[in-house]
Amino acid sequence: MKFGIQINEGPYTHEASTTALNFVSAAIEAGHEIFRVFFYHDGVNNGTRYTTPPQDDRNLVNAWSELAEKYNIDLVVCVAAAQRRGIIDKGEQERNGKDGNNIAPGFRISGLGQLIEAGIQSDRLVVFGD
Amino acid sequence: MSETKKFLFVNRKAPYGTIYAWESLEVILISAAFEQDVSLVFIDDGVFQIAKGQDTTELGIKNFSPTYNALGDYDVNKIYIEKESLDARGLTVDDLLKLTYEDEDDDWAEKDSIHVVSSAELVDIMDQQDVVLSF
Repeated sequence: MKFGIQINEGPYTHEASTTALNFVSAAIEAGHEIFRVFFYHDGVNNGTRYTTPPQDDRNLVNAWSELAEKYNIDLVVCVAAAQRRGIIDKGEQERNGKDGNNIAPGFRISGLGQLIEAGIQSDRLVVFGD
Repeated sequence: MSETKKFLFVNRKAPYGTIYAWESLEVILISAAFEQDVSLVFIDDGVFQIAKGQDTTELGIKNFSPTYNALGDYDVNKIYIEKESLDARGLTVDDLLKLTYEDEDDDWAEKDSIHVVSSAELVDIMDQQDVVLSF
């Protein structure tokens, strides 16, 4: 089965991102396909490489990056939600005259159309988060 | 991308206090641009999203409720309100925005987009969808 994934919460306040990460891993290992993971609302906070949790805590951002690299998963951060919350790639940095960028490896910033496309192309769109 | 699917947006939260309602509306407008078969549900405190007479002056937040009036122009004209949620909050359909659309199959007659339905009827509506997004 082909899954689209939507994540609506950041990495640490809610469990949504952790649960989604586990779901994606399990789905791939069971032979399913992940069409795309789309990060919306505070979910965009899963995509900043500036995240530095204590050493004895899990680093969810790194976990997503590693999973994306291992299985070639498309991780998309919503541009409108990202701009509100300061998640920026090089292109957005230059367009908005910011002094840096923070997008984590394996993530890309794009529009809400990517979420609708995931709904159209996937057999199931699964939403994680409140 | 010619494929059309039935998208249902379930709006559950009050319009202000969290950003879910506003960012849901942004997705709804995009999905309409993709020419999908879009329906909306307002349930729980989500019914307040389309309450009429909203004034956000004191909140310092944009009152985005007028945007719902534009949905008819985007062919988003299946808007379901859960009756139980209205009843629990002492609201009736008269407390809501009058959302309408022009029916091109009926000489552009202006028709109501809003349908008040029971939670049992909502089950059937949800069951008919391809994609359900809840906000």
